Amino acid sequence: MAGLVMPEPKADILARRAQIIADLRAIVPGEGVIDTEAEMRPFESDGVTAYRQMPLAVVLPSTTEQVSKVLAYAHANGIPVVPRGAGTSLSGGALPLADGILLGMGKFNRILDIDFANRTVVAQPGVTNLGITTAVAHEGFYYAPDPSSQIACTIGGNVGENSGGVHCLKYGLTTNNVLGVEMVLITGEIIRIGGQHLDSGGLDLLGLIVGSEGLLGVVTEVTVRILKKPETARAVLMGFPSSEAAGACVAAIIAAGIIPGGMEMMDRMMIHASEAFVNVGYPLDVEALLIVELDGPEAEVNHLIERVGEIGSGLGCMTLRASTSEEERVAFWAGRKAAFPAVGRISPDYLCMDGTIPRKALPEVLSRMEQMSEKYGLRCGNVFHAGDGNLHPLICYDANKPGELEKAEAFGADILLLCVEVGGVLTGEHGVGVEKRDLMPSMFDETDLAHQQRLKCAFDPDALLNPGKVFPVLHRCAELGRMHVSGGKLPFPDIPRF
Amino acid sequence: MSEREVGQRIGPRDEAEVVEAVRWALAEGRTLDVAGSGSKAALGRHIQTDLTLELKALTGVTLYEPEELVLSAKAGTPVAEIEALVAASSQMMAFEPMDFGPLLGRPAGGGTLGGLMACNLAGPRRPSAGAARDHALGVRAVSGRGEAFKAGGRVVKNVTGYDLPRGLAGSYGTLAAFTELTIKILPRPETVETLLVLGLDDASAASTMSAAVGSYYDVSGAAHVPADVAVRIPVVAGAGGAVTALRLEGVGPSIQHRRRKLEEMLSARGALSFLDAENSIAFWRTLRDVEPFALPEGGDIDTAKAVWRVSVAPMKGAAIGAAVRAVGATCLYDWAGGLVWIEMPDATPRTALVREAVAAVGGGHATLIRASAAARASEEVFQPLDAVTGALVKRMKQGFDPSRVLSPGRMYAGV
Repeated sequence: MAGLVMPEPKADILARRAQIIADLRAIVPGEGVIDTEAEMRPFESDGVTAYRQMPLAVVLPSTTEQVSKVLAYAHANGIPVVPRGAGTSLSGGALPLADGILLGMGKFNRILDIDFANRTVVAQPGVTNLGITTAVAHEGFYYAPDPSSQIACTIGGNVGENSGGVHCLKYGLTTNNVLGVEMVLITGEIIRIGGQHLDSGGLDLLGLIVGSEGLLGVVTEVTVRILKKPETARAVLMGFPSSEAAGACVAAIIAAGIIPGGMEMMDRMMIHASEAFVNVGYPLDVEALLIVELDGPEAEVNHLIERVGEIGSGLGCMTLRASTSEEERVAFWAGRKAAFPAVGRISPDYLCMDGTIPRKALPEVLSRMEQMSEKYGLRCGNVFHAGDGNLHPLICYDANKPGELEKAEAFGADILLLCVEVGGVLTGEHGVGVEKRDLMPSMFDETDLAHQQRLKCAFDPDALLNPGKVFPVLHRCAELGRMHVSGGKLPFPDIPRF
Repeated sequence: MSEREVGQRIGPRDEAEVVEAVRWALAEGRTLDVAGSGSKAALGRHIQTDLTLELKALTGVTLYEPEELVLSAKAGTPVAEIEALVAASSQMMAFEPMDFGPLLGRPAGGGTLGGLMACNLAGPRRPSAGAARDHALGVRAVSGRGEAFKAGGRVVKNVTGYDLPRGLAGSYGTLAAFTELTIKILPRPETVETLLVLGLDDASAASTMSAAVGSYYDVSGAAHVPADVAVRIPVVAGAGGAVTALRLEGVGPSIQHRRRKLEEMLSARGALSFLDAENSIAFWRTLRDVEPFALPEGGDIDTAKAVWRVSVAPMKGAAIGAAVRAVGATCLYDWAGGLVWIEMPDATPRTALVREAVAAVGGGHATLIRASAAARASEEVFQPLDAVTGALVKRMKQGFDPSRVLSPGRMYAGV
């Protein structure tokens, strides 16, 4: 764990481990409590495998009542709890704590209700994202947010992270597609927020819970809205001599009033890596490749695909291909979807970053990343959700070379700070977790963070849910109450930044 | 500033003056009603505060980049100004914010951006495009602790920290006073048409709207206007009965294709008619602002017919309508049937009846929109919270506004 500091494990909890495990077994009988090293090993990390930690114990409840009792027990005994879905987090959001219960929600894997007339699905949190779409596909419906891990990631994890995907400019993130949740508070109390109806009057607790990274409660049921799958989808592949030209094309498409279902950009390194891997016929003589997908009624898609082609041609695109069949459309995407494993073939290890920038800053960000790449001596490729400005630089390194992971992490942090500098943010869809926790002060000052923590304090005043995540310093709620800014000056203007 | 007196309006001109005003109130033990232009002062629970914190002098669009789909403006900027600005670039606030002016006996076009977000406004495009909170990207605000803070950002994809911009949307000024907001702006559709299905009862209308919204044909508005309300809307009054309206927006060739497909799909359900672009715009604006239930400008809210806004699952709306019709109420359905606007026969809200009807269909939100000050002071205006959620909301208030300086009680008694 390169330089990552987690909250110090409490010796008294570690000392009581046997008793705690016995108590947990009384709540979740049988195989629901795991305490051997071999069986806990699969839970020691999530998608960020550079960070590992064995938990105090793994608990796998199967009913809301058990979740409630486990949390009430943890609350009464001051034991931290780390919730976990499928463990696909790319920010270390489900990294265990040595003195904490890892609460795995995998057994909550049933779909409880499908209502086509009202266009809603009620699912338990352990149902996979794709599982929801699969359950409604026979009627031509689907669940819109589609993070790239959708085959494995769970809807509960999506709620925790406010997951996005390639289609979110048009169809929104998780928060725009969730209608209700049942959630257990750290006290064991169970609340229901929202339901089958759209939001109406009242505070939007649901909007605060979505994206709260497991720090506010444990979701035990989720109601989502489903949409009719678009009648047609077609994609255009356009190659440009520079990323500036490709960026100008993206801006021109949006300025023309067109919101594509997906709009992805890849840089030269990624084009070559992907083409070598999946061989789908990407042009290799271009600096930037744009995939623009239009979806909707057939007449509309055919009309817009022509307009997008005209815009691209007018801006100097070197290659232009519009898909004429579903197979061809899928092939256009195959390279993009294989981008990460393709990098895995050319580099032993890589870090995937996740900043968002105002789109117009792309040329500046790309050229400064090139300078950083030279400075750190590490290669870096870029895939970019061009429509919404979400950038995924992939930093190549070799973990077996001493110091290279640390170098890659420093490079990654520099990229994220650059995103903030140009008016963007630290994370577009992967979450803060532990990975970007210590960078939060680059975006938010002490007062900003204090207001976020006040929300945390309303839900979990003892900071037992997922401590060590999101906030660089988790103040005790009582201290937070006393904090005051005088004369417009922050109390701690010089908090560490890196 | 000790000359401030109870009943006065404080009109800060920038964020620093908002901070000063809230700190003054904290120091003096005064309460403040957070307001923009005051156009929605009659919305929410009726409260009496010592002074009014009026943010309408904080004006001006500070950032508008059409190609980036983003706009920032000071909280007191008039909504009408923003609508006109983005329309000039063929863009819009896609959530189609309703204007409460007509319902509350005020002139149309009076609201501010801060008020729009504080009340989380939405319109007929809500089911497909979301509400104001779905378009809130970033916020600057002053909490009841007298501290200025920011949250969110200016990009559409952002999960850095809690989604406070969304959480503060719809908080009616009870947690913080907005000073500046950043919102998502989207392209305006090139054109619009509306397909009308005539003569349906409420239940058939619900299933017709469900079929249309659940089709491939991108229906961006689905409303049902029963016969007794249709006569009050000029562009459909001639239909001579109930109209079920399905809006199609986008590029011309697409609309023609979709209209043809929908006509094939729905022709067996009732006689069909349609509204061209001009009449469509007029119809959906009338519906958005619930003009059939409007109170004439300057009308007395205390004696006006009570109005409710009920949000339930779309197929459950008709049951709400049936329950309130029994006492002589009039209804209007939007959001494919899930949003029920109810006008009571007189000024009595009949709260128990409405709440029971919502509970009977499995839950939802009922908000008392227009009622006498006395009724809005004594009854829950928003959907009542259960004990655990109520305690949670109180703790949130405690976190953001521990001295209960900002619009105390506007949403819930004691909060």
